[in-house]
Amino acid sequence: MRLLPLQDAIATYVQDGASLALEGFTHLIPFAAGHEIIRQQRRGLHLIRMTPDLVYDQMIGMGCATRLTFSWGGNPGVGSLHRLRDAVEHGWPQPLALAEFTHAEMAVAYQAGASGLPCGVMRRQVATDLASVPGASVRDLRCPFTGAALALVPALQPDVTILHAQQIDARGNVLIRGIVGAAKEAALAARQLLVTVEEQVETLRTDMNAVILPAWVVTAASIVPGGAYPSYAQGFYPRDNGFYLAWDEIARDRTAFKAWMERHVLAVADHAAMLRRLGVAA
Amino acid sequence: MSPSDYSRDEIMTVTAARQLRNGAVCFVGIGLPSAACNLARLTHAPDLVLIYESGTVGTQPVVLPLSIGDSELAETATCIVPLPEIFAHYLQRGRIDIGFLGAAQIDRFGNLNSTVIGEYAHPQVRLPGAGGAPEIAANAHEVLVVMKQTARSFVARLDFRTSCGYLDGGGARRARQLPGAGPKAVITDFGVLRPNAASEELELTALYPGVTVESARAATGWPLSVARTLELVPPPEPRELTVLRDLHARTQAAHVRPIHIELPS
Repeated sequence: MRLLPLQDAIATYVQDGASLALEGFTHLIPFAAGHEIIRQQRRGLHLIRMTPDLVYDQMIGMGCATRLTFSWGGNPGVGSLHRLRDAVEHGWPQPLALAEFTHAEMAVAYQAGASGLPCGVMRRQVATDLASVPGASVRDLRCPFTGAALALVPALQPDVTILHAQQIDARGNVLIRGIVGAAKEAALAARQLLVTVEEQVETLRTDMNAVILPAWVVTAASIVPGGAYPSYAQGFYPRDNGFYLAWDEIARDRTAFKAWMERHVLAVADHAAMLRRLGVAA
Repeated sequence: MSPSDYSRDEIMTVTAARQLRNGAVCFVGIGLPSAACNLARLTHAPDLVLIYESGTVGTQPVVLPLSIGDSELAETATCIVPLPEIFAHYLQRGRIDIGFLGAAQIDRFGNLNSTVIGEYAHPQVRLPGAGGAPEIAANAHEVLVVMKQTARSFVARLDFRTSCGYLDGGGARRARQLPGAGPKAVITDFGVLRPNAASEELELTALYPGVTVESARAATGWPLSVARTLELVPPPEPRELTVLRDLHARTQAAHVRPIHIELPS
């Protein structure tokens, strides 16, 4: 594990054309890392995430991505991700190829990737049109033991997975508390794992069954307080639901979106500066 | 209580809540399903087990979550499990009694679309997509659907079948041996639709006070059948309305509260 400033971690480990999973199911979404990727103008990325959320809406709208693997692409509880929609419906700012799954399928795909399997197995869902869209990759299999109808989902092994977490200890072990989603699986499926954390502590004080990513599976870590904002970090700050509601209006219009990104992401040096500009941090 | 004392949204949520029996294990979608499930938990079904796909099991939120994974759900849960476990160990294993879904479109057999309006490759409207719905629709012992009824959402033909109801009806779902029984009721802002025992086509089985069959038919994109005995849904009880309105008021206050993050100096 290398402890690096976020700018250096992104510059070193995230290349144009990479497949990239910024995971975190509603909770601990690595916004600071996503914004740094936008600032460094990465292009041609294959973005992978169960719920693209605002962070991918922003990266897609800023032209970072040409491909998206996902299972639910909305603004939770609010409505559409307008930048994602604009890319799919009108090819703006560029066309976006979709690989679309259900949540259960994507969870299986990450688990397979983390297990070193070429594919994962689940019961066959015979009754969805998702099975027949262009690019559909789930295949049928008969169970050799019982004859049950099964489905095979190809493994996901991103070039880089990026997570946000609460704490890292002096030796580089990373702790995730609260809703964990498929973060652990996405982390262990990846070729390289970058982590941003709220804080560094001497020792992680936690239950022995806690979700911990040991230092030696972490490629690099960066200390970025508030790094999940406007999503949240359990025990540090709540989700800014007001921002998620406000994003609907900002992202609806291309010009308003570009202006917001220019002022709050491109024109600031780092995440702390963005939080100050938004009035979220003093 | 007369129809002027409550909104159609309110009677819809109250009616959906009443479908949930105490002690059932319920897989909850965000929005109307979440409101109905929490109303049930705060009124007649205190032991209703709410599971959200974010991995929160047995959660008892004080305010409604905006997203499926708000901290409110984590803090009040019996336990939080990784998302792959929710879908594999709880849903696929058959531990969910009721799946509670919404969608953009529904057809006469209760099949649901939450993927696209128009052609998949060139959609007029790209909707959020499947999420957990296809597996919930297939695996939950039974499914409840809650959605507003309009001729654009209750359609003769889905643009895309994301999640299955009774497929083409007449036992087609049973023939495919899906684990769950399928949609038991569709609660709308006009009343309640249930599948006909033989054809499995949704038919109007109950209406809210002051709502007519003609208006329900006009809000349906297929020729809507009416059950032989059409029930009148009892209006909301004062307590149901009070609890629901308090829940929404608490939720709205929580969602506009400013966030402050302390940065190290």
